[in-house]
Amino acid sequence: MINAILVFNNHGKPRLVRFYQHLAEEVQQQIIRETFHLVLKRDDHICNFLECGSLFGGSDYKLIYRHYATLYFVFCVDSSESELGILDLIQVFVETLDKCFENVCELDLIFHMDKVHHILQEVVIGGMVLETNMNEIVAQVEAQSKLEKAEQGIAGPAVTVPSRWQGGLSAAPSRAVSAVKNINLPEIPRNINIGDINIKVPNLSQFM
Amino acid sequence: MALKMVKGSIDRMFDKNLQDLVRGIRNHKEDEAKYISQCIDEIKQELKQDNIAVKANAVCKLTYLQMLGYDISWAAFNIIEVMSASKFTFKRIGYLAASQCFHEGTDVIMLTTNQIRKDLSSPNQYDTGVALTGLSCFVTPDLARDLANDIMTLMSHTKPYIRKKAVLIMYKVFLKYPESLRPAFPRLKEKLEDPDPGVQSAAVNVICELARRNPKNYLSLAPLFFKLMTSSTNNWVLIKIIKLFGALTPLEPRLGKKLIEPLTNLIHSTSAMSLLYECVNTVIAVLISLSSGMPNHSASIQLCVQKLRILIEDSDQNLKYLGLLAMSKILKTHPKSVQSHKDLILQCLDDKDESIRLRALDLLYGMVSKKNLMEIVKKLMIHVDKAEGTTYRDELLTKIIDICSQSNYQYITNFEWYISILVELTRLEGTRHGHLIAAQMLDVAIRVKAIRKFAVSQMAMLLDNAHLIASNTQRNGICEVLYAAAWICGEFSEHLEEANQTLEAMLRPKVTTLPGHIQAVYVQNMVKLYASILQQKEQSGEKEAAQEITQLMIERLPQFVQSADLEVQERASCILQLIKYIQKLQIKEVPVAEEVIALFAGELNPVAPKAQKKVPVPEGLDLDAWINEPPSDSESEDEKPKTIFHDEEQRHSRHRQPEIDEEELARRREARKQEQANNPFYIKSSPSPQKRYQDTPGVEHIPVVQIDLSVPLKVPGMPMSDQYVKLEEERRHKQKLEKDKKKKKQKKEKRGKHHRHNSLHTESEEDIAPAHHVDIITEEMPENALPSDEDDKDPNDPYKALDIDLDNLVSGKPSRPLADSEKLPVQRHRNVETLKSPDSEAPLVEKKSKKPKKKEKKHKEKERGKGKEKEKKVIEEEEEKKGEDLDFWLSTAPPPASTTQLQTEPVVGAAVVAEPQEVKKEEREERDEEEEDEGKKSSKHKKKKHKKEKEEKSKDKKKSKKKSHHSEEETTESVQNGTLDDEPLPPMSSYRLLAENPYVKMTYDIQGNLQNDSQVTVSVIFENKSTSFLKSMELNVLDSLNTKMLRPEGSSVHDGIPVPFQLPPGISNEAQFVFTLQSIVMAQKLKGTLSFIVKNDEGSTHEKLDFKLHFSCASYLITTPCYSDAFAKLLESGDLHMSSIKVDGISISFQHLLAKICFHHHFSVVERVDSCASMYSRSIQGHHVCLLVKKGENSVSIDGKCNDSTLLSNLLDEMKETLSKC
Repeated sequence: MINAILVFNNHGKPRLVRFYQHLAEEVQQQIIRETFHLVLKRDDHICNFLECGSLFGGSDYKLIYRHYATLYFVFCVDSSESELGILDLIQVFVETLDKCFENVCELDLIFHMDKVHHILQEVVIGGMVLETNMNEIVAQVEAQSKLEKAEQGIAGPAVTVPSRWQGGLSAAPSRAVSAVKNINLPEIPRNINIGDINIKVPNLSQFM
Repeated sequence: MALKMVKGSIDRMFDKNLQDLVRGIRNHKEDEAKYISQCIDEIKQELKQDNIAVKANAVCKLTYLQMLGYDISWAAFNIIEVMSASKFTFKRIGYLAASQCFHEGTDVIMLTTNQIRKDLSSPNQYDTGVALTGLSCFVTPDLARDLANDIMTLMSHTKPYIRKKAVLIMYKVFLKYPESLRPAFPRLKEKLEDPDPGVQSAAVNVICELARRNPKNYLSLAPLFFKLMTSSTNNWVLIKIIKLFGALTPLEPRLGKKLIEPLTNLIHSTSAMSLLYECVNTVIAVLISLSSGMPNHSASIQLCVQKLRILIEDSDQNLKYLGLLAMSKILKTHPKSVQSHKDLILQCLDDKDESIRLRALDLLYGMVSKKNLMEIVKKLMIHVDKAEGTTYRDELLTKIIDICSQSNYQYITNFEWYISILVELTRLEGTRHGHLIAAQMLDVAIRVKAIRKFAVSQMAMLLDNAHLIASNTQRNGICEVLYAAAWICGEFSEHLEEANQTLEAMLRPKVTTLPGHIQAVYVQNMVKLYASILQQKEQSGEKEAAQEITQLMIERLPQFVQSADLEVQERASCILQLIKYIQKLQIKEVPVAEEVIALFAGELNPVAPKAQKKVPVPEGLDLDAWINEPPSDSESEDEKPKTIFHDEEQRHSRHRQPEIDEEELARRREARKQEQANNPFYIKSSPSPQKRYQDTPGVEHIPVVQIDLSVPLKVPGMPMSDQYVKLEEERRHKQKLEKDKKKKKQKKEKRGKHHRHNSLHTESEEDIAPAHHVDIITEEMPENALPSDEDDKDPNDPYKALDIDLDNLVSGKPSRPLADSEKLPVQRHRNVETLKSPDSEAPLVEKKSKKPKKKEKKHKEKERGKGKEKEKKVIEEEEEKKGEDLDFWLSTAPPPASTTQLQTEPVVGAAVVAEPQEVKKEEREERDEEEEDEGKKSSKHKKKKHKKEKEEKSKDKKKSKKKSHHSEEETTESVQNGTLDDEPLPPMSSYRLLAENPYVKMTYDIQGNLQNDSQVTVSVIFENKSTSFLKSMELNVLDSLNTKMLRPEGSSVHDGIPVPFQLPPGISNEAQFVFTLQSIVMAQKLKGTLSFIVKNDEGSTHEKLDFKLHFSCASYLITTPCYSDAFAKLLESGDLHMSSIKVDGISISFQHLLAKICFHHHFSVVERVDSCASMYSRSIQGHHVCLLVKKGENSVSIDGKCNDSTLLSNLLDEMKETLSKC
């Protein structure tokens, strides 16, 4: 079982928080902070597994994480999951994000947390892996956004929907970026380089 | 500014959407909290509006705020409103928010039930999907109960997308509402074979989760999973299944045997590291579960270790880490195979990755041996010096101590070296583990008598240099070692060379800066020191010196009297007064030393940590009963003060090894008892037998390193422990040389005296003798201590509720009691047999007895026909049952190759069998008629008989190895019982006569033990034939090398085993004796004696009866059913030896003949075609035995195949004998 999926950036700012057991908000924040500190200490060339002690309540739990550019993707899992399998799953998740957002970057996650959740829900539900095939995941996500679009079409002008929503998935990132540029944010690396990581995951293709 | 722009835009009816919120928060870095509270107010306004789109937008923003740590549960009702929106877009937002913040405590959640049900049955699959996803996060027991049925229906939805979600969510439902598991399970199982791989994978996932918690209930699914494993190509599913098997194998070792081959194949073939790793892991689990009885799996271990080595050598740190992790699992059972990779693991200690270093450390723990301990610790010490960061260094420190102290210091050959290591460790700055080091010092000094002198000298040095330790340690724990040092110097002060100097060191003013509890120990122990100095001075007549030392104490002690610590103060003032008194006596020239030293007389022995707990309550003692009349309340506080002392005791015992195995315990108890006999008041500790290295006269030839303390212990520039490493190496070298010499001598001697058997010692690491003979004093345990295993199962385990017997669901049969499913299946067949009372065996005899009777012929014929039919049916039924029977699946190991040869073998040869002509004819006639009659029988009749026949059949198989006996009984029986099976029949049994005399008759039966491959149980029936009373029966057997009677622990091979009952006249009773065997390929005979006392009116006499116990090869076989395809595979495998026999002059029916083989030789029929049948059985040690039986005109030929040719030929010989009696 997967106990939690956390995505936060290099400064520990949460970008996606998904606990599969109920915890109070303060406890969640505490866990995010501690996880961040654990992960931050580790440089990129050491292993991606981390025993997290009693951080999540059980000694059985392990943190499995990957670091992409500015983001950490951390999965907290128990012993029934295969470590390497979860690493591959993170990769699948990230690649799916990349497909759905067309060149995903941290900003996409910042401004479209809801969509990231919806994509995640096609990969993992209730702590159990639902689908590992990226094409299948992308197909389902796209079918749902089509449905969303269709609904907006029917709705007509009577119900106004924020324009950002109407933009659909593919349009979103570029708009978000341009919006951010206007407000003069500190530079954020735009692309998450996924190519490199493939080398680290020896058998991704096998897995699919 | 941005805010204004947004506000100004025309197409917005409301203020912000999610993106605006995010942007706003980013723009208000300084006053984020304020900005957000402002936003929340806006959201509250939006939620009040009727427009669902506005509400949805508000809820979406709340979800974001929830991620930032804001509580949004106040909006639960609004979230439900959004969930019930008709549009998918909004619904999804609602469900997402609900999944993030709803939980069992959310009260409005009960309002959602109908909405969710509606969504679940929505025609739009994505509505359903979204509801399922949400439900997976917030399902409550109520929701689970109410919606279980709906979700179950969805498991068969047409869209795989819904099916797989529904399957996964069922797991959550099971957790919250365990009652749903039973009804849902068949469908869940069905989904394992769903055409959609996603659904299949989901089902595997759920069952794996279920099985992980309560594996035994899912053993019966093993065949199905096995099939999936060999057919699936989805690595994710494969990994899950393989992990599941890892959890199942400990429960069913036979499963492991079956798994090894496919897993090894996968290991060889897969290129996915994740799969490879899980395969290796499960193979390891299998090997662990088999570790007892499977020596021939070294190849698998080698393969695993080799693959793991590849992982560890990989540049990918993840693989390295996992490799080490898996390696540590192998280490537990096969340390040897891991030890050969020591180089690699030591290398990992240098890795830059701390996780990897820690894993490597774990491995080292199990890899040490006497030979390499010093080397490994030396390496670790280097790492300690290099280590940056106290966490890792502390970890190293604890590991060093763990490694050295494991299994009662098993690997330490030189305790001086160990003490020096401990002393070196005290130089670590900033460690938290001072108390660990201290505990080790105390433990070693107390328990290793030989080291005390050395330890005391080292501790004195530490005390002398206390300022070094204390100066940098006030805030960290290393000064704890001073506690140990002070205590050791005081307690063993007789070993101290310069006690004066040490005493002065302890009296230094600086000491008062140490923590209170350490000072207290200082104070107490300086008196011990003082006492021994006093004695020394008095003995040598130096009165002045004695007075000087007293004076010194009186001068210095007041600094402790002023201590703020209560304990120190109290002890110091007591002692000060005592010493003042001593001074008075000294002035009067009264010798006082003897009396002072008497204060500390007696030796302290270590007490095992759980000793107190394990004292059993003596029989008849009620600890809760009042000894006197209960006092009027209020006085019951006198127990409290005890806890104050309790604390310190605990400190001493805390770090001892709690593991004491039962055997050792028993031994220790024994030793203690003896000592107690000599001294009823003082219980002295006994050296643990395991650690008693040559205490006996032979000590001279063990090289003992004399520790010459005049040699300076410190060599500049070299850590002390290194010296000991060198010394030890030299010592070992010397030792080896000596041994070699001895060996040569022995060889010479040997040459001289040929018949002398001198087993040559090979130089193995275990031969390294310790430097000095070491008594490791073991901890005291109370007499009769009970080994208690505390079962700490959490009663609140949420998965416990899912521990539901699913077997009846799986096989679709009416419910079966759980206990049944827990039994091993093969056992079940045996059980039926063994449990039969003699009465129930009767029908068999009847059947047989009928044959010779012509009167009854017709009736009999009918009977036979039915019987035959029934037998067939029974066999068929059994086979059907087996299909689902895990046992059966497991028992048919399928190796591959060619079987036709066996089956086409012609029937040859002849042996004459003496058999009453009548019976022969009868049989044949019967046979013919049977076949004709078969169809005609009324079905009613059939049914009635069916049951009975079944019983007979099973009894048949079991019973009666004795032919002659049998036939005798047959004839007599038949005369008496003219009628058929409805009548009660006399008992008949497979018991053979063991011995008989006028007093007693013994009959016996031997049965293999499925659980234990080297044991058989011999059941002996003792029948008192006399009119006297038989008592004190004792059975003894002369063991052979191969076969031994299992005697209670502690009794010698010459002791008999008492028969646990007495026999009044005419009574019989049964006793069982267990025998252990090594080889089962040959029949054995053991001689034995029964001794007993005959008591009657005239008095009692002692009698004996000799017997020979015959273990036939057939008694090692266990009736095991087998499928014909598995049977064919087995024959094809080609690794079976073949042999055959022919017996001529057989006249009994083929059916009858098979039945005989079945019950006399424990075979089962696999397939029967006309007058040809294949049969199968299995030995308790797992040999497969296959037979092809063919009946010719007058002869029978039996071709056999078996893993072991000797076993086979012996079995066939026995069979020949049986048949020739037919």
